[in-house]
Amino acid sequence: MPVTVRIPTVLARAAGGQTTHEASGATVGDVVDAIAARHPGLGARLRDAEGQPYPYVVFYLDDEDIRFQRGFGTPVADGAELVVVPAIAGG
Amino acid sequence: MPLGRPDAALPQLSQEEILRYGRHLIIPDVGVTGQRRLKDARVLMVGAGGLGSPIGLYLAAAGVGTLGIVEFDTVAETNLQRQILHGTKDVGRKKLDSARDRIHDVNPNVKVVGYDTRLDASNALDLVRGYDLVVDGTDNFAARYLTNDACVLLGKPNVYGSIFRFEGQASVFCTKDGPCFRCLHRDPPPPGAIPSCAEGGVLGVLPGLLGTIQATEAVKLITGIGQPLVGRLLLVDALQMSFRTVKLRRDPDCPACGKRTITSLVEYTELCGLTSHADDSDVPTIEPAELEERIRRGDAIDLIDVREPNEWEIGRIDGARLAPIDRFAEALSTVDLQRDVVVYCKVGGRSARAVRQLQAAGFTRVWNLAGGIERWSEEIDPTVPRY
Repeated sequence: MPVTVRIPTVLARAAGGQTTHEASGATVGDVVDAIAARHPGLGARLRDAEGQPYPYVVFYLDDEDIRFQRGFGTPVADGAELVVVPAIAGG
Repeated sequence: MPLGRPDAALPQLSQEEILRYGRHLIIPDVGVTGQRRLKDARVLMVGAGGLGSPIGLYLAAAGVGTLGIVEFDTVAETNLQRQILHGTKDVGRKKLDSARDRIHDVNPNVKVVGYDTRLDASNALDLVRGYDLVVDGTDNFAARYLTNDACVLLGKPNVYGSIFRFEGQASVFCTKDGPCFRCLHRDPPPPGAIPSCAEGGVLGVLPGLLGTIQATEAVKLITGIGQPLVGRLLLVDALQMSFRTVKLRRDPDCPACGKRTITSLVEYTELCGLTSHADDSDVPTIEPAELEERIRRGDAIDLIDVREPNEWEIGRIDGARLAPIDRFAEALSTVDLQRDVVVYCKVGGRSARAVRQLQAAGFTRVWNLAGGIERWSEEIDPTVPRY
């Protein structure tokens, strides 16, 4: 069973207009790779040229910040939910 | 634990106040003591715009005794779609003046203290020091980091909310044991990485939704009731109408509240968030008057509008063609090598990126229209609507 990836509308345009995606992978990094392979424009918004997460785009795996786990190396279970939260500042 | 002074030191309520706040007083969790806490409370609002509007209105209506407001801006037409503190008659007035009038109309018991200034590293500590808590209704990263760091240094709770298009975030930072904004995002994103509401737009009711949540959290902190949004980040998606919270942890390595390596305020440039433009000073520009002159004398110019189709629909410069910036690479092959190229967008940021792409593709006779279609409308053709 794949992982559900939720991205905000601000990134959806780089992903065919969809905010919900399904992808498979053993780690968060693998899941991000799988999404990026489908939507190259989105990949660049999710990680830097070295493949590392940006400090201003946070990934929550089942509501837990992956930075306090193993980052992109954090293992993902089938059916998990990955939520991508970029910094926003509007008011 | 409520904020502020011990019960015995709280001010009494007048008969008029007892009547006004009756619907609070009959909630056992608030009661007379809670209302006296609200009357005694000093809340600093940073910003009286989209978020600050519901924050100010509801905190005033709730009976917060002192509302400090930091705001340097004046009311513009484009504010009225969401900034409900201000009305059509206020366009051109200082937001502070219009906010004060409106708040006093809602509740004349509230003392409004206005600070006609931008929050900066030189004044933030002095502004925050005199208040019990801060509500962050700013619209840019620079002010958010300043607000956060000042709150960490002074030990004041920071009720955070931010919005973009259809989505918002809220949390309560800088409580004694909770995380701060830097635990979430240690450093601001580089200019250009995140679009601002001025560029990306925002649904008018969205700040209403998030600002009301911030006001709710402020009232809860003051009265000491409920579970504050500490250690949780609320994510609101108005399109899906979904609310979810993710866990926020205090980062032991956080330079503000963890390792405490930030011991004084750091000033970020206005570029961070106020506008999404990178440094475009080396991009060749053409003034609106010069472009108009060149069009009038019939020069061969490929005039390219790099905004989105919905912006093009609002209005455009005669003779232009549309090639949105996100798909500009595909349009490069259509650019005429024989003609001079002028690109424009709303105010000049996106078109500067287009100029760079054209230069990288080998075009040398390329200019960015200074100030975009906004200056064109102001200086050349007022029939082009501003937005």
